[in-house]
Amino acid sequence: MSLLNWIDARFPATKVWNEHIAEYYAPKNFNFFYFFGSLAMLCLVLQIVTGIFLTMHYKPDAEMAFASVEYIMRDVPGGWFIRYMHSTGASMFFIVIYLHMFRGLIYGSFKGPRELVWLIGMLIYLALMAEAFMGYLLPWGQMSFWGAQVIINLFNTIPFIGDVVSTTIRGDFVISDPTLNRFFAFHVVAVPLILVGLVFVHIVALHTVGSNNPDGVEIKKLKDEKGIPLDGIPFHPYYTVKDIVGVVVFLIVFFFIVFFMPEGGGYFIEHANFEPANALKTPEHIAPVWYFTPFYTVLRAVPDPWYGTLAMFAAIAVLFVLPWLDKNPIKSVRYRNKAHLINLSWFAITFIVLGFLGVMAVTDTLKELGTRGTQIYFLFFAVTYVHSRPQQANYLMWFVILLVSVLFWDFLRYDASFTANQSSLFWQFLLLPIAYLATTLLLPHFVGGANKEKEVPTRVTG
Amino acid sequence: MKLNSFKLLVAATFLSVLVAPTAYSAADKEPNLDANVDLSDKVSLARGAKYYANYCMGCHSLGFSRYNRVAADLGMEEADIKPLIFTRDDDDNIHKPGALMVNAIRTKDAIRWFGIAPPDLTVIARSRGGGDWLYSYFKGFYRDDSRPFGVNNLYFSNVGMPHVLEELQGVQELVVADDGTKTLTLAEPGRMSAGEYDQVAKDLTNFLVYVGEPAQLHRTFYGILTLLFLLVLLVLSYFLKKEFWKDIH
Repeated sequence: MSLLNWIDARFPATKVWNEHIAEYYAPKNFNFFYFFGSLAMLCLVLQIVTGIFLTMHYKPDAEMAFASVEYIMRDVPGGWFIRYMHSTGASMFFIVIYLHMFRGLIYGSFKGPRELVWLIGMLIYLALMAEAFMGYLLPWGQMSFWGAQVIINLFNTIPFIGDVVSTTIRGDFVISDPTLNRFFAFHVVAVPLILVGLVFVHIVALHTVGSNNPDGVEIKKLKDEKGIPLDGIPFHPYYTVKDIVGVVVFLIVFFFIVFFMPEGGGYFIEHANFEPANALKTPEHIAPVWYFTPFYTVLRAVPDPWYGTLAMFAAIAVLFVLPWLDKNPIKSVRYRNKAHLINLSWFAITFIVLGFLGVMAVTDTLKELGTRGTQIYFLFFAVTYVHSRPQQANYLMWFVILLVSVLFWDFLRYDASFTANQSSLFWQFLLLPIAYLATTLLLPHFVGGANKEKEVPTRVTG
Repeated sequence: MKLNSFKLLVAATFLSVLVAPTAYSAADKEPNLDANVDLSDKVSLARGAKYYANYCMGCHSLGFSRYNRVAADLGMEEADIKPLIFTRDDDDNIHKPGALMVNAIRTKDAIRWFGIAPPDLTVIARSRGGGDWLYSYFKGFYRDDSRPFGVNNLYFSNVGMPHVLEELQGVQELVVADDGTKTLTLAEPGRMSAGEYDQVAKDLTNFLVYVGEPAQLHRTFYGILTLLFLLVLLVLSYFLKKEFWKDIH
């Protein structure tokens, strides 16, 4: 083809296509969890395209923002469709990203040589949270306003400079028109640029080291005479046609929500957000959107606001260092010991429970459960470190160390002012971290079978 | 043992759903009545629009909605909606059907009379998570001489407005049984029977649920078309994948 030759002489079109698509060799044993990378890209594109159309009709002005959203919902032809795709897309983006991250966790995709892929991915996750947080202010409803109020006030708790920081973020002493304007600027220009850039780097880094797989086997170790991995297949056409199936299933779920339950039961679009922002009327119950709620529970679990804020950011920051905590050479959970599988299960359940707790109003029971869940969340990373060397690990010593740190935390927070109910819950739920530590540390110590690792095959299975 | 990760995830989600809400108890509020919202009943929607214009709109605007859109969605001609328009434009001409459904109450006056400007109710049904609360609210007024307007509401305690529909419903009184259950009994009948008033409450609820999101009349239709298309695409893409993958072992 002469046109292609003409282009190739001036731009590496064929080279890029081959390196990243047609001759990018991916392991042939990808399972269900491997759909979510391409689906995350699809979500990003959907959000950008629908966002562009929303920007054409939306007014970033405290006096007009709420009305302009209703104008989109009523008077703009197809406006409701665009808006629901954008609001549903935000939640679906996080569902996809959480599953994508969970995949990395269970198959050890964050381990060498893919540490940078994981770190860049974590930066994408941070940028995505910032993007979602600022986007949620734009409809200018009650939850937009008060949710932003709660989060921005967290910066107030920073010693000495808190006031300056939060005032700088708001551009005012209260959340008002300047806040809305700057959040709009960040939401539609700055953060999307960062996101697209990071996604590009994420993929370049991934294609340099190659994809991991459910067996955690490095397919590049075994190549045929042409230098092609024995267990690798070209991304195109094999994974392009496979991902199309994933995309269609995703779209079925996506459009089911868009057309039949766009509010997502009040979780994707909160009911209280259909009331215009009112600085003089604090809602009875302020809940962030569901994808922030696990971290919101961590925040609420610590009584002191500044330490709570630190704990919340630490809950995210600790994910960054995962590649240096889990030094176990076996990547996939399939070949690790049973204790590791139990550990991951606890973590998944804890994360979801923390999420549920974050949307609910605080009661004594839920508060205590949230605190215990937060303890398990952080213990997970310590236990993951211990599981790095299952044969040499001194499980009993670590059980004692971690139990003592839980008790120390409890000692700090146990208060003489606890009511009878609170202190009884305190002791009852102490069973949770104990059960967690027992099943992840004592079990592999006393039951040999739970500590046995399996041999990693040289070729991928299935 | 080969771990089936998908099963693990499903189990985790299931367990969490079981664990999390057990301790959740509803606040001490009267449970809402069931409104049985039916948006396909266009006659009920039209009656609701009429009642709303006659009884509510003097104070509560529907400022994001337009008369002609309501007319079109309810299967009426623009001429049919004109009797509901009472406001005037700057030239003192009666508003055209394309106008927003605003009212003439001045915020300053409203605050003097009620202590607060009556809120716009275009999206009230959405902010209350559906029609049940509205239906309950319309039926929940009872006499309470300690309140400025002489009434209170079982579903909105210390409500800041009078019972505008009292001439239709009559006056209810609150009866609290020994076990704390609250019931409302009709002390003075109004112009309507209980059944007729229930229908008014239902018409108003239906209308407000509709006006909160006009798109809901149409979106399920597009939804079914979209899903049918995607299901066909799913079958095709599945067999395409199978065809391409048959040489991979």
